[in-house]
Amino acid sequence: MPMPRKDAGTPLNEVIMAFASRSANEGFARTAAACFAAQLDPTLEEVNDIKTAVSEAVTNCIVHAYPDRLGKIQMRMRHFAGHTLEIAIRDSGVGIADVARARAPLFTTGGESRAGMGFTIMESFMDEVRVRSVPGKGTLVVLRKRLCARPGPDGGA
Amino acid sequence: VAVTGREDRGTLTLTLAGEIDHHHAGEIMREVDRQIDVCRPRHLVLDMEGVTFLDSSGIAVLLRAYRHITDMGGNMGVRQVPEQAARVFRAASLERVIPFEPKPHG
Repeated sequence: MPMPRKDAGTPLNEVIMAFASRSANEGFARTAAACFAAQLDPTLEEVNDIKTAVSEAVTNCIVHAYPDRLGKIQMRMRHFAGHTLEIAIRDSGVGIADVARARAPLFTTGGESRAGMGFTIMESFMDEVRVRSVPGKGTLVVLRKRLCARPGPDGGA
Repeated sequence: VAVTGREDRGTLTLTLAGEIDHHHAGEIMREVDRQIDVCRPRHLVLDMEGVTFLDSSGIAVLLRAYRHITDMGGNMGVRQVPEQAARVFRAASLERVIPFEPKPHG
């Protein structure tokens, strides 16, 4: 899947990283997202929301995109003016045939060990969740959140 | 991640600690199942005070424990839920199935 071209202007900062679809990297990905978000001076609640949403998106790649092989997961984190954080998570896995169905609460193909609440949680904790998927090609999930502007030492910019 | 069990007159209290994500969920589920099968308690209490992170994998852990104990005719309570985990439970409307007590100032 190509990264989305539509965006909110030029990012103030950007980090692109790629990692293997090993479950040990779930913790790595959400910690990296928390580190990137730190430059926006987030509240503890905002950091936790971002970590949780990233954990869900990355777990989906590991469990569903690459069910029987290791693949590559790319995570692009961008900071835009207006305290907006965007995290795009992309895989080149099996894709989702019916995105609307996959996003519905309690839907899972992961059996008893999964709750089917991943997208519901992403939607609860982020302002915007966009999903694009092509079966056989992969899936792109774009998470966006506008953080509360808090006056900091540099005026909250 | 740690699961520590303590039994007292038919109540099994399992204290969960660490990060409950997909990477750790399988191991936690196996240990919770094992302790329930060994003790066969009437009441199961999950104490989540030491949980530092939880995502939807944690919901699956709770639902599995709940199913296990109710299938045996017992009941389950969840207590000391930290704020981050409580937000995940609320987003999933989990309290409709499993009531939980938040951790004070958690």
